[in-house]
Amino acid sequence: MAEQRLIRIALAGKPNSGKSSLFNQLTGLNQKIGNFPGVTVDKRVGICPLDDKTQAEIIDLPGIYSLYPRTLDEKVVAEILADKNNRHYPDCVVLVADATNLKNCLLLLTQLIDLKLPTVLALNMMDLAAQSGQSIDIQALASSLDIPVVMINARSGQGVEELKQSLKVKLSPSSKTIFHLESDIKKVVTKIKDRFHLATDYEAYQFLQQTDSLVFLSEEERNYIRQEAKENQFFQHKYQGAETVMRYGFIQDLLNKVILKTSDPEWKKFSYRIDKVLTHKVWGYLIFFSVLFLIFQSIFAWAQIPMDLIDQSFTALSAIADSNLPDGPLFDLISQGVVPGIGGIIIFIPQIVILFACISILEESGYMARVVFLMDRIMRKFGLSGKSVVPLISGLACAIPAIMATRTIDNWKDRLITIFVTPFMSCSARLPVFTILVALIIPDDKVLGFFNYQGLVLMALYILGFLAAILSAMALKFLIKSKERSYLIMELPTYRAPRWANVGYTILEKTKAFVFEAGKIILAISIVLWVLASYGPAESMEEAEQKVLSESTLQGLSEQDIQDHIAASKLEHSYAGIIGKIIEPVIKPLGYDWKIGIALITSFAAREVFVGTVATIYSLGSSEDQLTIKTRLKSEINPETGGPRYTPAVGLSLLVFYTLAMQCMSTLAVVKRETKGWKWPAIQLAYMTALAYLSAFIVYQSLS
Amino acid sequence: MVPGETAVISGFTEDEISVKLLEMGFLPGTAVRFNFTAPLGDPVCVSVSGLDLSLRISEASTITILN
Repeated sequence: MAEQRLIRIALAGKPNSGKSSLFNQLTGLNQKIGNFPGVTVDKRVGICPLDDKTQAEIIDLPGIYSLYPRTLDEKVVAEILADKNNRHYPDCVVLVADATNLKNCLLLLTQLIDLKLPTVLALNMMDLAAQSGQSIDIQALASSLDIPVVMINARSGQGVEELKQSLKVKLSPSSKTIFHLESDIKKVVTKIKDRFHLATDYEAYQFLQQTDSLVFLSEEERNYIRQEAKENQFFQHKYQGAETVMRYGFIQDLLNKVILKTSDPEWKKFSYRIDKVLTHKVWGYLIFFSVLFLIFQSIFAWAQIPMDLIDQSFTALSAIADSNLPDGPLFDLISQGVVPGIGGIIIFIPQIVILFACISILEESGYMARVVFLMDRIMRKFGLSGKSVVPLISGLACAIPAIMATRTIDNWKDRLITIFVTPFMSCSARLPVFTILVALIIPDDKVLGFFNYQGLVLMALYILGFLAAILSAMALKFLIKSKERSYLIMELPTYRAPRWANVGYTILEKTKAFVFEAGKIILAISIVLWVLASYGPAESMEEAEQKVLSESTLQGLSEQDIQDHIAASKLEHSYAGIIGKIIEPVIKPLGYDWKIGIALITSFAAREVFVGTVATIYSLGSSEDQLTIKTRLKSEINPETGGPRYTPAVGLSLLVFYTLAMQCMSTLAVVKRETKGWKWPAIQLAYMTALAYLSAFIVYQSLS
Repeated sequence: MVPGETAVISGFTEDEISVKLLEMGFLPGTAVRFNFTAPLGDPVCVSVSGLDLSLRISEASTITILN
């Protein structure tokens, strides 16, 4: 078998240049999504066979306009390209350029050439360029830059074969140098070049410019560089500015030579006309809110069918496992713990798929940039980004895909704040809890002959969540310090039809990330909770069961009722029950007893578990019928007051608690993934629990 | 500037942001056209060097133009 040669190729280029389309074309399903250490940008790496003997490992670098990063996430590019020993240092770079925007795209190219990295220029969107009337002398372009130039259409796949051909040969770097150092810094650059044994002046220059990115050097070495820079008056901004101007000068001259016919300025007219409507004072927002509503509706409603299907399948699976496997704790674990646990992960997939399909379409078509444009001003006031709107609204359906969607927010601080406050948006899981409690304590009357009391309270709860979100965001805006200054300076791409293959890849990518990364945590926690609720100190569990059995023979209850009572008793004596009783003193000021305490604990798995747990505790078995539960709760007596346990005060306190508390392990798992650590989920949990506790306390105390 | 107007860039008032603007094609001596604003007046959409960009007023105001 012939030796397989593996070459490393990096795809570079600005966002909106079609880089991802090319990556998908080259790697297909052979993509692996991973993480760059320390930052939250996804690392997309894939394998592409160039021929029988050569394989290419292709890495899709984050979209950048130049080697100078605008955000923390973009810094990884400089880190990779500065260090020849970096795992991802490429043998060759493919610069994907938007042929209709050459001037801008070539900036990065000239920098790569100066680093003496073998580069291939892939001119993408040639079809659009032709449409616009533009015509380029490819030969002249290639020879002026001394690099291969390939025309491609990443959407259709045209030119991709030629690109692969050009990558097969061992490429040598361009012989040209575009950027020439100014005389006053020549000395210090040469010094750095010699000290670190670098091959090119530009590398040394970048060492001085982006010293922080040199993570592979020791702190000493970096300080040495900083010291040299200071002593030789190497003002980073000043020289960066001059460098950029010089490069553009070169680029302009180059384009004057090779562009045979410039594009007709009229070709963008179509796009402008759409923009007139979409950014219109009235229409713009109306259309935007309809789009938001549509997204919300689709996650909320359309996902319901597959979700119910999954729910039923896993319940059935669990029952089958239960009846077919022998008795014993291990098998119980599998059928009652693991299977439902996995079901609890899979059930999120429909919502993730739908949300990311929507977002991907918005991004691909170019509309997302307009969303930011419309919402930036308002959102900034709250420490959020224009792009925060979509996650926040999606959070009304479910926080899990919403938080995953915050990836699109470039600025780290904005992203973090959005992740932090999204769970306050009342998700659909809270609804079962809301409806039952509202029906219990709020009379079904109308006020002003028109508004239903119950509906008003429900709306009030949603507004409470929303207010908690924005006020927390404002607070965080002041509390979190970020070195990254927030800029907008955003490109508004011309409108184009989404490339459906890209949408598909995005969906696949996000789903895999959720299932394998957040999934592990969710499964672990759900098993722990199941153990807590099913097992207790052996003796007391046995006693409980015996006691129920003996009592019920006296009362002559039916078989089903006996089972229900046993279940209730077992729950009471389980570890969860014990914990419920232990925390009773703490939750009493909120108006709760230990039974509610148990429900609070199990709700940590998912809010809607509240209903099932309450049903079990009150010996209603697995009947989740709202009417049955409501009637039962109404009749529950508080032993201390002699009156109903679920007074309006208690009900409202519970409602407020559920609105504000973080009771969703899946959310925590996703936050952990997105913030790369347990620090923020922990803070979030503490903050939300504290806020919920305090608010519920105030509500209960002031109403009773 | 008024929507629809074109002006020539002469320079910048702020260092840090100027390098980012330069990179995007806001070069001294090039023409910049003001296209439209967002409904609330901020941000604005401009065209420069063949690119359509949105800028916050706070960012756009650091660009000085010749009339």
